[in-house]
Amino acid sequence: MPTVSIGRDRLFEALGKTYTQEEFEELCFSFGIELDDVTTEKAIMRKEKHLDEESDGDEEVIYKIEVPANRYDLLCLEGIAQALRIFNWQQEIPTYKVANISPKSMLKMHVKPETSSIRPYVVCAVLRGVTFDAASYNSFIDLQDKLHQNICRRRTLVAIGTHDLDTLHGPFTYEALPPSSINFVPLKQEKNFRADELMEFYKSDLKLKKFLHIIENSPVFPVLYDSTRTVLSLPPIINGAHSAIKLETKNVFIECTATDLTKAKIVLNTMVTMFSEYCERKFEIEPVEVIYSDGKSYIYPDLSVYNMEVSLSYITGAIGVPLKADEVTGLLNRMQLRAEKSLSDDNDSKITVSVPPTRSDVLHPCDVMEDVAIAYGFNRVKDIAIAKGYNISKGRAVSLKPLRLEEFSHIIRLEMAMCGFTEVLSFILCSLNDNFAMLNREDDKSTAVIIGNPRSSENETARTSLMPGILKTIGQNKAHPKPIKIFEVGDIVLLDNTKDVGATNSRHLAALYCGATAGYEVIHGLVVRIMQVIGLVPPDDNTTYYLKPSEEPEFLLGTQASIIYKGKQIGTSGIVHPEVLNKFDIPDPCSYFELDIACFL
Amino acid sequence: MAEEAILGYLAKNEEIGDSGDFASKHGLNHDEVVNVIKSLHGFRYVEAQDIKRESWVLTNEGKLYADTGSPEAQLFLAIPPEGGIPREELQIKLGPLLFKIGCAQAAKNRWVDMGGQQVTRRVQHVDDRVKDLLLKIKEGQVVDQDDIKVLKARKLIVPQTWNGYSLKKGPDYAPQRKKFAADLTREMLQSGDWKNVEFKEYNFNAKGQPIEAGHLHPLNKVRHQLRMIFLQMGFEEMPTDRYVESSFWNFDALFQPQQHPARDSHDTFYLKVPSTTKELPEDYVERVKCVHESGGYGSRGYEYDWSREEANKNLLRTHTTAVSARMLYNLAQDTLKKPFTPKRYFSIDRVFRNEAVDRTHLAEFHQIEGLICDRGLTLGDLIGVLHDFFSRLGMSKLRFKPAYNPYTEPSMEIFSYHEGFGKWVEVGNSGMFRPEMLLPMGLPEDVRVIAWGLSLERPTMIMYGYNNIRDLFGHKVDLGLIKTNPICRLGL
Repeated sequence: MPTVSIGRDRLFEALGKTYTQEEFEELCFSFGIELDDVTTEKAIMRKEKHLDEESDGDEEVIYKIEVPANRYDLLCLEGIAQALRIFNWQQEIPTYKVANISPKSMLKMHVKPETSSIRPYVVCAVLRGVTFDAASYNSFIDLQDKLHQNICRRRTLVAIGTHDLDTLHGPFTYEALPPSSINFVPLKQEKNFRADELMEFYKSDLKLKKFLHIIENSPVFPVLYDSTRTVLSLPPIINGAHSAIKLETKNVFIECTATDLTKAKIVLNTMVTMFSEYCERKFEIEPVEVIYSDGKSYIYPDLSVYNMEVSLSYITGAIGVPLKADEVTGLLNRMQLRAEKSLSDDNDSKITVSVPPTRSDVLHPCDVMEDVAIAYGFNRVKDIAIAKGYNISKGRAVSLKPLRLEEFSHIIRLEMAMCGFTEVLSFILCSLNDNFAMLNREDDKSTAVIIGNPRSSENETARTSLMPGILKTIGQNKAHPKPIKIFEVGDIVLLDNTKDVGATNSRHLAALYCGATAGYEVIHGLVVRIMQVIGLVPPDDNTTYYLKPSEEPEFLLGTQASIIYKGKQIGTSGIVHPEVLNKFDIPDPCSYFELDIACFL
Repeated sequence: MAEEAILGYLAKNEEIGDSGDFASKHGLNHDEVVNVIKSLHGFRYVEAQDIKRESWVLTNEGKLYADTGSPEAQLFLAIPPEGGIPREELQIKLGPLLFKIGCAQAAKNRWVDMGGQQVTRRVQHVDDRVKDLLLKIKEGQVVDQDDIKVLKARKLIVPQTWNGYSLKKGPDYAPQRKKFAADLTREMLQSGDWKNVEFKEYNFNAKGQPIEAGHLHPLNKVRHQLRMIFLQMGFEEMPTDRYVESSFWNFDALFQPQQHPARDSHDTFYLKVPSTTKELPEDYVERVKCVHESGGYGSRGYEYDWSREEANKNLLRTHTTAVSARMLYNLAQDTLKKPFTPKRYFSIDRVFRNEAVDRTHLAEFHQIEGLICDRGLTLGDLIGVLHDFFSRLGMSKLRFKPAYNPYTEPSMEIFSYHEGFGKWVEVGNSGMFRPEMLLPMGLPEDVRVIAWGLSLERPTMIMYGYNNIRDLFGHKVDLGLIKTNPICRLGL
């Protein structure tokens, strides 16, 4: 979930009310955001620099607020304040509109066909007559940053450029050119760079280097020019210095280049709706025409509302609380959704909902239903549900069957504990080294899955036996009084061509004895005991199970045997090989057995 | 012997003033007497008081002189009464060491004249006081302090602390000690001796003998109680023994868009081998693709280009909801042949996240999941079942915060008031599955699914007081802790 840092005092000013921290937390809780942390600008700085200075008491308090990942309109102070004001009946839902200007005087962006190979979409808009102050200017910059981190997926899907329009001359072009032919002074630099040199230059830039991969290997780079060949930006890396916006900027040109058009439109809409409140004509945005080389043209931003018709019975039926249509529309208005009751023929009221451009998260009537429930209050629903004893019988089957594998595993675990063994629980994830070389085994690539993106070598594969985890446990418990008797029941993972995903789990039981002597007879006795409780008699012929001398590398030769059941090998046993003990840093001799228990079901 | 002497003496006398005197009077070894006194005192037959005495004992040199006389006396006696003896001769007679000491002391005592070639007596007779004093000290007699000083300076005596006791009858005094049996034996039963025997008082403050036992892992103890709770609530366990899953079942089937951050390699373990799934139900895949790309079932969809390659990618499941999706899909398939049957499902099993590991996070943990699938379920039903479930875990004070989850709407975070911490603590997540997830599966339109999930580790850590998850789960766990964990009373 994204976190937004905003000045508390400025937020309260925007809310027209001062809250205690508790009151504000309550408000957040009921609306569905969370006050994650309370800090100050200087405290953040101190933390970054690892300083231990005391606070001087009058630093501006910063609220860090966690917002839902699909609410891009809540990524800045303006959006949070507006949403809460409307939630508190302090403000009407704003109507955003596109300025009515003639097609002729509308700014134009021409898209060259080469862009289709690298970053095919661009959407633009203009904020006219903006008045920034220091705080709103910073918020404007921060919002771009938050959008880049979240919906833009670190600029891969969408990149935003904002410019001082008064320094530029339309019409604009969106092109894709070889890096060597792009030259400009980038933001925060004084000298001119060629695009390929610039990429090299930014390799040492902590902030920008992580975006280079998006275009680095492309023969052409996306670039935006004005009619005088001034570079607006080299998306998704950097803007030009020439058109940089400042606190005094009055007219802001916003362009979003993208590989995903839907998200570009959402990003543009979020930028313009959030900051149009600072425009001369509040909530009005000047459009830009984007013209593709095939002649198709589009006018952005698209601020049209999305109309959804939702039946009252669907809403109340899903929430489980009887509500009247008027109540529902009132509740929806608190969530920025304009709603009107419309009558229908079948006695069921319909609610017509206008989803504004700020609410791209509303996809389905269920999202409308949720907003009704939030505005009504989840905790009011709770009181009704508990009072009326909801959900006593719904979905209940008449007669249940247990899951055999789980029940059986549970019974075996109890039997093992009754035999005086202590249960351990080790990790599925391990290194390939743990799984093979540490056990003297060769990896013939036919058993273990391989994880492609492990963070550490401990997560390279899923175990193909319980042995590494059990031996590691012993290695970590060297000081524990001997003898140590432990067991584990758990799943291993094996490659399996017969399964849709190409791998399968297998339920195993393993036990280890560690003492002054290896004590294989204890392990042998335990195998016989487990077989006995399963109902298999000790072998006097080969019809049930028997132990057959084996030559596994993890065990000492001569004191090891496979466990054979119905003619198939289901397990191994033996004295753990001294080399294996050494690798796991175990100074005492150990015996071990492991077997597949699903075959007894 | 000493014990009888002491107890016998005290039968007739009030007290024994000094164990040392007592020992020598009765011809007993004092060390032995001391041991007996300690034991009798322990069993309260006698009451003993420490006595400490400084005494003097002879050094080896002192012992020698007590036998043979002091060097000065020996020297004196070696000089003939008349005439004298040449120095050299006298030295040979006595030996150099004795001669040296004897000369110095005898001269100091003015017993002899050492002036010329001859050594002569100056007095007719001498008393060997040193020898007498040494003999007195040896016998323990009191000697004048000035004499002590002299003998000490000559290193003939050294001080010694003497420890002894004075005694009188104790509260449990008896002229003879009773015999106590440590335990009831088979012999006693057979001989009937148990009737005559008094048993040793048992120390109930001791820990008793450690019991040889087997033990269950605390996380599995909690898991079992939770299974019982689910079963008591009429939930059926889902088969979750499949850690390898395709992105399709883990994400796409749940209407989780392909650009969703959870699908990043930062959060999910993708497999290199086997890298892709080999088969998916094609007609269902087509419906899922459509709902992502362009919606349907009343939804706008996400409006992006859905990629089959992305859906085919194998991973280690990030949640057991991947299994829930398969179960619901199978349930929907069943409705093609027979009427829809409502279900209550649960599972508790391992899930994997490619996350940074810290005190509360591991790359794998156990997810608890419960879901109900039925016609006409409501948010109220979800809250009702959550209240029922969490009350059984001892959390009856709940409240719900609106949240976001790509496959549930509404989505609620569950908070419980923790009396110990004095605050609301997040204990799980819940919601109603989105129609975009359920309808492409083929479930009837009025069927809704309510579900919730939480981790097994977190409540277990709170319950058993663990601060670090590695102390609870994995190979770094102390076996000693597994052996001493109490039972899990959840659901009792």
